[in-house]
Amino acid sequence: MFPARAHREYPQRYRLEAGKCKKCGKILFPKRLICPECGHREFEKVILPDAGKLLTFSVIRVAPSQFTDQSPYAIGIAELTNGVRLFAQVTDCDVDALKVGMEVRIEFRRIQTDGHHGVISYGYKFVPKWY
Amino acid sequence: MRDVVVIGVGMNKWGELWEKSIRDIYVEAALAAIGDAGVDHLDSMIIGCMSGGLFVGQEHLGSLMADYLGQKNLAASRVESACASGGLAFKMAYLEVASGFSDIVMASGVEKMTDVSGDGATFALATAADQEYEVFHGATFPGLYALMATAHMHKHATTREMLSAVAVKNHNNGSMNPYAQYPFKTTIDEVSNSVMVASPLRILDCSPITDGAAAVILTTVDIAKKLGKPIIKIIGSGHATDTIALHSRADLTTLKATTVAAQKAFKMANKTIKDINFAEVHDCFTIAEIIVTESLGIFPAGKGGEAVLKGETGLEGSFPINTSGGLKSKGHPVGATGVAQIIEVVKQLRGTAENGRQLKRQPKIGMAQNMGGSGGSTLVHILEVA
Ligand SMILES: [Zn+2]
Repeated sequence: MFPARAHREYPQRYRLEAGKCKKCGKILFPKRLICPECGHREFEKVILPDAGKLLTFSVIRVAPSQFTDQSPYAIGIAELTNGVRLFAQVTDCDVDALKVGMEVRIEFRRIQTDGHHGVISYGYKFVPKWY
Repeated sequence: MRDVVVIGVGMNKWGELWEKSIRDIYVEAALAAIGDAGVDHLDSMIIGCMSGGLFVGQEHLGSLMADYLGQKNLAASRVESACASGGLAFKMAYLEVASGFSDIVMASGVEKMTDVSGDGATFALATAADQEYEVFHGATFPGLYALMATAHMHKHATTREMLSAVAVKNHNNGSMNPYAQYPFKTTIDEVSNSVMVASPLRILDCSPITDGAAAVILTTVDIAKKLGKPIIKIIGSGHATDTIALHSRADLTTLKATTVAAQKAFKMANKTIKDINFAEVHDCFTIAEIIVTESLGIFPAGKGGEAVLKGETGLEGSFPINTSGGLKSKGHPVGATGVAQIIEVVKQLRGTAENGRQLKRQPKIGMAQNMGGSGGSTLVHILEVA
């Protein structure tokens, strides 16, 4: 991961910063330059809530090389309490016990590393609430 | 706009073609199409290729392929829309002839996927998803379609057996296609017990990694008549996009770009789904075929799986799907797939599909649906034989 590329995603990955359209109220994660709902171009910064429910999931058993040390791992799409949808790994759980509709919270975790001396990338993962 | 007809088709047997380079694969298919059409020159050629850069470290394919095809100084373009690059090449060639800009244009596609490791191919294919908000977190293509499968199975009670039935049907059709990479037949049990890749999708739910090319020749009705070719007209062309990230879509169990592209193609052709006799659809995974048939309106939402199980999409069914074997059995060299779909539609309309897979009731109108990424782009074409 080239440092500049990692750095410009920090507001989203570290702090869950999103943009709320000042005209129609649509919340966009990541923030954008133009609202796809109404075409407005002014946004206020909002922080995403850290709770939601799982809309769907899968357990990856054939992983890309930078994730083989985590395999098998679960991925999912969750809808947060404000309606925003996110893709992330589902972690700290029994991957065979996942269910659609399960409540999850968002936690800050290590996502991947570039070998032994490369950049360590952090970001958000889902954790089922009953853990 | 002028009427445009397809007068020539060509492809090679697809597979892991270690003895052949991307240029050899491409030129073989292109020569076959030019020979089938009987044209003495081309005015232009369009090449669909997803990632020559990542698969073989080669871009600038327009120049390379025109050169090796012996087409000195020809106008040649490469277009890209991930796995829908072939469908896009067909659309661009169609527009070039329809507009009057050129009279004879080749639409083609190629992908050489086995010059990299499995991991290299996974990386290249994943560039069709959202790098920062899907792939960064560990998404793979089987994983993204698995998310659709989980959602579809939860909402509609689509079953494991229904997914397997798609693979069984397509491998049965592909067993009659001399160009198919995997012409073996399979069973519900074999698919349902194959190795898990991304739950609930197993290895036999997935289309393979393939080297291959395909090409078709488009021209005007006048030239087609002079050459004595059957008049197989492009009567509808629809193209739409959707959000690149799956999680940004309101509904995870339908493919909106497919629905919108089909509506555009139907409107242009002045037809409805009831007028279509058969279709080639983008079955990159078994669940994709089920969701696509629903999104095209062939079956109601949630009924696509049941229809496969009942045999409605088989060769003798009410709406045959993927008579070629689909991406599942024929193979999926991503840039070539959309063009090969057109080849099967043309063969069925000519009545020349090989080895007993020709539809018994001679079809008049066929459709091809080619999709990029997790459904972020779709092209739908409708062809009619005069
Ligand atoms: Zn807005």
